[in-house]
Amino acid sequence: MTYSNAKTTDESLPRRKPPKTQGLSLNGFWHDQRFRNFVAQAIVIAVVIGFFVYIIGNAQRALSDQGIKTGFGFLMDSAGFAIGESLIPFSASDSFLRAYGVGILNTLKVSFAAIILASIIGVLLGVARLSRNVMLNRFASIYVEVFRNTPQLLQIVFWYMLAVQLPGPKQAFSFGDIAFLSNRGLVLPGPGEGSGFGFALIGLVIAAAGVVFWRRHLEKRLRQTGKKINGLPLSIAIMVIVPAVIWTVFGSPSQIEVPALRGFNIRGGLQLSPEFLALFLGLSLYIAAFIAEIVRAGIASVNKGQIEAATAMGIKNADVLWRVVLPQAMRVIVPPTTAQYVSLLKNSSLGVMIGYPELFNLNNTILTASGNTVEAIIIMMAIYLSLTTTIAVIMNWYNRSVQLKER
Amino acid sequence: MTSHHLISNAQTGASAARPAPVAASGLVHWARHNLFDGIHNTIFTLLCCALLIATVPDLFRWAIWDAAWTSANGADACKATTGACWAVVQEKYRLMLFGTYPYEQHWRGALVVLILGGMSIVSGFRIFWTKWLLVAWGGAWVAIFVLQLGGVFGLVSTPTHLWGGLPLTLLIFFGTVIGGLPVAILLALGRQSNLPIIKALCIGFVEMVRGVPLVTVLFMAALIFPLFVPESMTPDKFVRALIGMLMFFAAYAADIFRGGLQAIPRGQYEAAEALGLPYWQKTTRIILPQTLRIVLPALMNDIIRAFKNTTFIAIIGLFDILGATKSALEDPIWVSYGTEAYLFVIALYFVVCFSMSKYSVSLERDLNKGNVR
Repeated sequence: MTYSNAKTTDESLPRRKPPKTQGLSLNGFWHDQRFRNFVAQAIVIAVVIGFFVYIIGNAQRALSDQGIKTGFGFLMDSAGFAIGESLIPFSASDSFLRAYGVGILNTLKVSFAAIILASIIGVLLGVARLSRNVMLNRFASIYVEVFRNTPQLLQIVFWYMLAVQLPGPKQAFSFGDIAFLSNRGLVLPGPGEGSGFGFALIGLVIAAAGVVFWRRHLEKRLRQTGKKINGLPLSIAIMVIVPAVIWTVFGSPSQIEVPALRGFNIRGGLQLSPEFLALFLGLSLYIAAFIAEIVRAGIASVNKGQIEAATAMGIKNADVLWRVVLPQAMRVIVPPTTAQYVSLLKNSSLGVMIGYPELFNLNNTILTASGNTVEAIIIMMAIYLSLTTTIAVIMNWYNRSVQLKER
Repeated sequence: MTSHHLISNAQTGASAARPAPVAASGLVHWARHNLFDGIHNTIFTLLCCALLIATVPDLFRWAIWDAAWTSANGADACKATTGACWAVVQEKYRLMLFGTYPYEQHWRGALVVLILGGMSIVSGFRIFWTKWLLVAWGGAWVAIFVLQLGGVFGLVSTPTHLWGGLPLTLLIFFGTVIGGLPVAILLALGRQSNLPIIKALCIGFVEMVRGVPLVTVLFMAALIFPLFVPESMTPDKFVRALIGMLMFFAAYAADIFRGGLQAIPRGQYEAAEALGLPYWQKTTRIILPQTLRIVLPALMNDIIRAFKNTTFIAIIGLFDILGATKSALEDPIWVSYGTEAYLFVIALYFVVCFSMSKYSVSLERDLNKGNVR
């Protein structure tokens, strides 16, 4: 074609029509891809909207038949039920809103504690899985296989079974007469109600910030001058002294209570219910198995040559671990660990099976007590979504700080 | 030095007998090399031994030596011993394994379990991966529904609200995976689509479901959904629970498929388009077969999780193996032997999940054979 065209440069040839514009022509328009796309999407969106209108319309009708006022006004009404355990005072005359507060705090309490224990056990197991010691290695891998391959809910129910079958308070297992384990749960020495413990917690946060700052300063100094100072003693000192001072000034250290058996129960100190213990163990021991695998894979992913090179340069063993292996392993470890933390928080909702008053469990109570089903579900979903997103955001921020800095 | 010695030895032809080489094999060498090399390892080994000595004898005494095995005299044997009460399993296993299913019809449930288990094992062998396997599965499902539902061939009718125990657990699991995979693929494709509304809906659905606990999804599907639609239009509870499980599984699997789709080189899409293949042909013949291979290991993890998650339906009041065990333990005579009963169920789950995870590892190795150098 092109060849013959090139030859005939005849002006007299009839000029070709300009190509048809690719508009929506009425002729065979159903063959037009864009038209099809438009129709497909219109149908999908019509179906989705129709479904929700239908569902919500039905719900409104059903609820108004039962005389339930829709809307979020119910949050201020008094709840009319009591809650077994709570971080903030709660009584039946308090509002539904406060009940949600209790639920969120209980969920956070168990998740936070479980995340810490899961991380500690997970890291220890992950390192043990890499050990050349066959016995240690085998122990860790048995743990991982057993806890990974059985349902978490069954584990939680199992721990709960064990917890409630413990002997009663009078025959409680005693740990040096300061901590007691019985079928009423675990009692540890701790601040009694209304002590200055909150201040100590604030002090701990301040101290942690101080330690981070002090460490950064040391790191910078090391980079600039090459002088190395062991920052550990001062770090520990800061972590201990600052909260202690703040506690003594604002709170009262005499309010640490040692639990003791009085009457038929053990009173005083920090009371951890059997429900809390079962959920705490069930969440952390299960996730620990997954974290162990992540840690093992992360450390194994560090090229052997890196370790050999560091050793050849005469770097101490501890420094090889902290400055060569771990920084590289963290890049592999952090993202999947984030997913595990999120999963742990979500699975704290399994507390409903054993009666721990976390968010999902309390939401069921609220939903029944108020009758505002739709609103309660929207609130619960929104809370869970924001909690999981918060964890993801915090961990992503941390992840950015461990990722490879490419300049 | 060495070479000097060698030379001088060769010249003189006589030398003192060298000591026998240190054994490089045998138990002692192995123990020294793996358990006692260095002070740290020795400490760890001793700690492990201490742990074993502290736990194993007590555990053995509890679980085997002192255990009560038979429920011939009710719970008497259990009350008399400090060991484990395995008698509870002997006494309650029918209730635990079949739940509320009519007692005389338990053989039908057992047959369903056998068919599903047998077919799964057969499907694990790659030599059977032919179209006849699909035909066999089709036949198996017909048999399963006939057995489980009844009402034909003179079988007593057993509607879904009577289902319970292991058959219910397995049916929910298979339903979740078989129904969830197509939904997951569609969601993943939708997420890659260039139709903005469909893309947004798929992203919204996947992220929404992944951001909330499975319990809440199940709760919505099983307990809240019926409030919103007229009774005549509500599917029964088994189906509602299945839909909840399926949606949750699909949202997670969709994310795995998305990763797989992204791992396919751009050139594959372009080549398919250059050949003039329409969208569905391009997707089903070129893209998906390659994706499936990439995502299989991750997918197996999700499938194992789906099996573990079947226990969640006990929370919404279905009598799966956990729910059935829980209700079996309401018997006041046996109520205090829950630990043993749950250990039995845990062991059951462990056997299945452990085999699945080992199979997944071997399958992954098999599929990667072509890539191993």
